[in-house]
Amino acid sequence: MFKLSVVTPERVVFEQSARSIIAPGSEGYLGILTDHAPLITALIPGKLSVTDDASQTQDFALSGGFLEVANNVVTILADAIERASEIDIERARRSEARARERLSHRSDPAIDVARAEGSLARALNRIRLAE
Amino acid sequence: MPTLRDIKRRIRSIENTQQITRAMEMVAAARLRKAQSRVEAARPYGLKMQQMLESLAVAAAGLHHPLFEERKVKTTLLVVFSSDRGLAGSYNSNMIRNSVRYLRQAPPGSVRLGIIGKKANEYFKRRSYPIDFAITDLGGKVDLTRTRRLALDITEKFYRGDVDEVKLLYTRFVSMVSYRSTLERFLPIEKPAGADDKAVTDYIFEPDAEKIFTSLVPRYCVTKILQAMLESFASEHGSRMIAMGNATRNAKEMIDNLTLLRNKMRQASITKELIDIVTGAEALK
Repeated sequence: MFKLSVVTPERVVFEQSARSIIAPGSEGYLGILTDHAPLITALIPGKLSVTDDASQTQDFALSGGFLEVANNVVTILADAIERASEIDIERARRSEARARERLSHRSDPAIDVARAEGSLARALNRIRLAE
Repeated sequence: MPTLRDIKRRIRSIENTQQITRAMEMVAAARLRKAQSRVEAARPYGLKMQQMLESLAVAAAGLHHPLFEERKVKTTLLVVFSSDRGLAGSYNSNMIRNSVRYLRQAPPGSVRLGIIGKKANEYFKRRSYPIDFAITDLGGKVDLTRTRRLALDITEKFYRGDVDEVKLLYTRFVSMVSYRSTLERFLPIEKPAGADDKAVTDYIFEPDAEKIFTSLVPRYCVTKILQAMLESFASEHGSRMIAMGNATRNAKEMIDNLTLLRNKMRQASITKELIDIVTGAEALK
């Protein structure tokens, strides 16, 4: 059992105890159990699964951020996070379309390709989790 | 000497003003509650981010990032956080006074202004100070997307070498009744002190400290700006609430005094009429 807290720039999303989590690390998904070694890693858009002390698993759509483990306290600094059941799928679809539209003109110097790709990855992640 | 009617008219006019200030006080109080909870909700993220930055700096002392680079300061960008609306007590005048003081002591021509809020923009535009950018349509609301954009624009100016230093002048929200003007250096970022032996944890970094550092730093910048903005807006609503509360109280005092005066005058005129009648009656005897 360890303490998990998820914070975004705007608020503390939740603080609870958890048995295990699986997070989308920049080098691939990683699982964290109790007494994990101290770790700092970057997170990419993907699915965050949290298993609480009653062995209930919940999925979240995470839009990137950082994860820190120290002394059985796991802190996730998320850019944005939603419960899979609370995703606004229409909005995600719209931003997917917008990102694809921008990427189809990728030779245009006015287009920030890295940003459009990032936004596409986030939109696809939300859609995948909502379905 | 005002007549009885003049006084009645003034009382009515002050009552109207009082109604408006009372309504504004209530609106500001509601906004303040919201703004305050947002400031407080945003603090843990900023704090954690600072800690991570320090852990990283300790773990990998040789880290370099262009946003930490100290250059010889030729141009400073001073970002002033004011409000779009007035009637917020001394909130805007304090901000403007402090920025003018800063501009005076700096070498002439070395400071460019970045302005948030109509009030500071009006002031500095009229006096033709060098304004780098001005954002005047936020309306006291903090928007994360726009804040990200703003932080990006500012860091971009620093990267390009348009400015060698960025400072933030904002009002820190200390408590419901206490606000403090704060001047803070934003860029280049202060090297985190870290190296505090007791707190050093031996972290594993994935992929490696340097990569994490590079993606952490831009987010750190956004957080800084967001924090300054949230603090300022909460202070704005707080100042307005207090100013309007005072105005309402002053209006009440004026009404009380005028009512007293009105009653005295009415009494005086009644007495005078009575004397007239009595003397008239006496004369007829």
